Amino acid sequence: MNASYEWLRAIVSFDYTPEQLRDLITARCCPVDELVRLRADLASVVVGQVIEAGPHPDSDHLWVTRVDAGKNELLDVVCGAPNVKVGAKYPFAAAGTTLPGGLKLEKRKIRGATSNGMLCSARELGLGTDHEGILELDTTLPPGTPFLEAVSAGDTRIIIDVTPNRPDLLSHLGIAREIAAATGGRAELPALDGANVSVPALVRATNEGASGGIRVKLEDPEGCPRYAGIFVRAVAIGPSPAWLVERLAAVGSRSINNVVDVTNYMLHEAGQPMHAFDAALLGGSAIVVRRARAGETIRTLDGVDRKLDPSMTVIADASSAQAVAGVMGGSTSEVSDATRDIFLEVAYFDPASVRRTRRALQLGTDASYRYERGIDIEGIPRALERAARLIVAVAGGRIDGAPIDLYPVPKPAPSIPLASAHVARLLGEPVSEPEIATLLASVGFTVSAFANGRASVTVPTWRPDVTRNVDLIEEIARLRGYDSFSAELRPFRRGTVPDSPLAILSARVREACVRAGLLEALSMPFVRGGESTHVRLANPMAEHEAYLRRDLLETLARRAEHNLAQRHRDVRLFEIGSAFQPSLSGLPREEMRVAAIVMGHRHPPHWTEPAAPDFDEWDAKGLAELIASAVASGAAVELLDAGEGDVLWWIAIAGDVRGSARRLALDAPVWASAAFGIELTLAHVSSEPVAPPGESKLQSASHAAQPSRFGFRPFPSTPSTFVDVALLVPNDLAASRVERSIRDASGELLESLAMLSEYRGTGIPEGFRSIAWRLTFRHPERTLRDKEVAGRRDKVVRTLEGELGVRQRTT
Amino acid sequence: MSTSLDDLRTGLEELRRANLEALAKARSVDEVEQTRIATLGRARGGLNDYKAHITALPPADRPAFGALFNTVKQELEQAIASRHAELSASAPAPAAVDLSMPARRQWRGARHPVTIVLAEIEAIFRDLGFTVATGPEAEHEWYNFGALNFPPDHPAMDMHDTLYLERGGLLRTHTSPVQIRTLQSYPPPIRIIAPGNVFRRDFFDASHAPMFAQIEGMAVDEGVSFVDLKATLANFANRFFGETKTRFRPSFFPFTEPSAEMDVACRICNGTGCATCKQTGWVEILGCGMMHPSVLEAAGLDAQRYTGWAFGMGPGRMALQRFGIPDIRIEYDSDISFLEQFAQ
Repeated sequence: MNASYEWLRAIVSFDYTPEQLRDLITARCCPVDELVRLRADLASVVVGQVIEAGPHPDSDHLWVTRVDAGKNELLDVVCGAPNVKVGAKYPFAAAGTTLPGGLKLEKRKIRGATSNGMLCSARELGLGTDHEGILELDTTLPPGTPFLEAVSAGDTRIIIDVTPNRPDLLSHLGIAREIAAATGGRAELPALDGANVSVPALVRATNEGASGGIRVKLEDPEGCPRYAGIFVRAVAIGPSPAWLVERLAAVGSRSINNVVDVTNYMLHEAGQPMHAFDAALLGGSAIVVRRARAGETIRTLDGVDRKLDPSMTVIADASSAQAVAGVMGGSTSEVSDATRDIFLEVAYFDPASVRRTRRALQLGTDASYRYERGIDIEGIPRALERAARLIVAVAGGRIDGAPIDLYPVPKPAPSIPLASAHVARLLGEPVSEPEIATLLASVGFTVSAFANGRASVTVPTWRPDVTRNVDLIEEIARLRGYDSFSAELRPFRRGTVPDSPLAILSARVREACVRAGLLEALSMPFVRGGESTHVRLANPMAEHEAYLRRDLLETLARRAEHNLAQRHRDVRLFEIGSAFQPSLSGLPREEMRVAAIVMGHRHPPHWTEPAAPDFDEWDAKGLAELIASAVASGAAVELLDAGEGDVLWWIAIAGDVRGSARRLALDAPVWASAAFGIELTLAHVSSEPVAPPGESKLQSASHAAQPSRFGFRPFPSTPSTFVDVALLVPNDLAASRVERSIRDASGELLESLAMLSEYRGTGIPEGFRSIAWRLTFRHPERTLRDKEVAGRRDKVVRTLEGELGVRQRTT
Repeated sequence: MSTSLDDLRTGLEELRRANLEALAKARSVDEVEQTRIATLGRARGGLNDYKAHITALPPADRPAFGALFNTVKQELEQAIASRHAELSASAPAPAAVDLSMPARRQWRGARHPVTIVLAEIEAIFRDLGFTVATGPEAEHEWYNFGALNFPPDHPAMDMHDTLYLERGGLLRTHTSPVQIRTLQSYPPPIRIIAPGNVFRRDFFDASHAPMFAQIEGMAVDEGVSFVDLKATLANFANRFFGETKTRFRPSFFPFTEPSAEMDVACRICNGTGCATCKQTGWVEILGCGMMHPSVLEAAGLDAQRYTGWAFGMGPGRMALQRFGIPDIRIEYDSDISFLEQFAQ
């Protein structure tokens, strides 16, 4: 909503500056986005004081003056005005300033005398036509002060971000009401020059009537609960007077012609959209408010042919649609320079119906914006009367017949019961009953006398948003001022809701990833996807992101590629987020996942190690174990050899495969190192409804004890003994298989089994590798003898030979 | 191999003497190190040889030899250590080591700046008695709109504003569905915050993204009031931003009544007005309000008995302010050089 500061001032008196008004509207109604000085072109003009003045040596009508413009030095200025006086203050535009009208001032010599700028007349500043002399300023402000601070020149546009619940604020009248509530004054539409023709009283009817020569029929009272109109004969279409053009310009609206401008003026002043038809062009001299017919079309004022359907309300003449109700008029009966007689429509259209039509036609207008939110249905007669007077005042003509007002089912003003105890309970502080009554009355509510703490409140017709007692409590709170309520922290009861296990788990996994040196990425879940594999959006923003990711690596890989494009070689990213799997019915299956990508240097390169090693699969395997342990919360983690395509290992937690570690094929430049990816599911995120609407299904609110992932093992009191074994392992036999046999054969005294090295080459037969393990034994109660350890080693070697054909390396 | 205790004892004594002499003669740390390797290492000719002999002795002799072995070993270890220390101290500072050379470093990990802000917010609300709740991103329309008192034809439900799924449901447009899920699951008193990603059909530009983080909060109990809302959120603001002025002003959300927005004094100009705060001196931080009775009723609560308040804010935007990030798209690029700025 664009409001004009001066326009508001014409409706309600106040002393606020535009800034103060902005703060007032923001504190009591809704936020003001911006103040726009409509004479910003004068921003660089300052107050200048003439300190010396003498005749120009080479001219009989010029003066050479020295001007204080707030600079450190006086400026030489040549002036041609007869009224220049020493000591007086004038608007001064320094060299370099561009004046309204586009004149750019430059430092120049006028008949040999230097001039550093100009003392301006009102006309030169675009402030009127007076060019008799320069504009003398009656101000105490010092030289150098911006001219606009010294003189109230030009209006200020106040751009208000009106919330959707406040249609009443979409007019100057509505905003003025709120200002009046704050000042204790009254908001009243001003009398306008010449707008005093008498308008006959409206003739109320249910669904049929006439105004002047026009017969009006209301066939769709659902889409149009109230339809009023007036017939004005013999108007002279032409330009609007300057004041009207200026008002409209102040709110950013372009002047079209005097009649159309009046309708726009009324829209902005009273919030009542109106439409003027050229009465001569209404076929059959009839107005019919009805549903559009199937296949009916209309060319709207913007010149576009539009298809209508029977869900839409139209204003038609005897044969065809002449306007889309509440949205836009048609071009056939548009007011033009040739128009003589007009029919002015002032109606209330159903908000939901206008919204549907506006959406279907994709045609939003100032009118539809207001109808959709709900205008003041009871304001129609006043608005019609004022509009008719204005039209006659600016376009001449005469009112023919009484205006018609079809209003089949008058809407009673709703009445809401209010308990002062409820006000105190919700707001946390009592508000006295007289104060409640005063506050509500200040914006048009009627409050009955309180009895036993209860009153009945009648809602003004311009406030369709107020339907429940909580709505009244909001009115009380905002009118008293949100800031008037205490902000004292009071005792509270702790909540019963235990922490979401998913939140705890995500935090732990995130911490593990950060400690592992990974950087947390943030990516959007939209991917190119595929019909059978991915979940599709019904209304994607772009076809290449029409699906939701089913894996985090799908989007994290794009982040890695972004980094490669930025020439970052060492990419270590992780992300925790949702992945979506298609499901046969209902919502997709959603899983909280973690993914990581590593590539490039394993450590930041250091000068002691010119060829720093890159991340390899063993780093990936270690990282997979680390992340999986954080996810597993103490359950067993296993990495199962996969060796399928790019997958290196499946990651199993407590026996369930929950993810994988893989080689990653990226769109990468030649210098990029091998990339590895890890992805793991943290948990399924249920989207099942908890309970049907209006019901609950309460769970136990107990905070379950978290099982500890840690446990202390007593320090051993006996020494351990180790023995190293080197084995010839066939290339196609998994080392993990050999380890399993070693563990089985070693017995329970085996404390740890560590792989020391793998060797291939000289001395090792083709198809084999030599792998050395260290077996560490410990007896809990006594020192093991060498012989015992040797015995176990021999058993291990024998078992391996028997089970797997693996021999000890002898060379 | 048969060996007598005496043989071994002699051998050990000889080893001890020879090595102590070698240490005394040593003129450099390197020479000490050679002695150490020869004596205590695994090489032949050192103490290790004698260790193997223990098992060959008659059981009765073992304790005595064991004791001697340990004495000699300890004596040699001490001698080596002390000679090493002497030579290190007396040697001139080794010119070869330039201590100004750079350290060997590890990669440092970092949380995303939005996560950092979320965690700060979470910590403050935990202190005020809140726990953390979560919910799905793919949601039913009822949880996202209907339960939250959106009228059936509310503009937010436009295909222009909300991302719908082809087979039904939508991507939640706010974290508020978690309010309903929580209210349906647990009895009051309830104090939760709900962080998570939300989705809008907004095109990606410097200040909008189709997905962004939100954090929701809700307190429901008997007697919970607008004063509690103001107090809790002002307390939060003071702790998150440092002592700051706050301002509450009217707003509108379908699911709260009264509705409000909380502003804090602009950090850039200290409230005097600048381009950041559009000359108002205030910066909007969050939307909030008393929960609409319809919302409580939708979740099966008695709205006569219970009242509640709720708020929602955008950690993504807050991170822009807190860290001085000029463009929201930077948060989503996940550029290493950006993320490393948040390494611990």
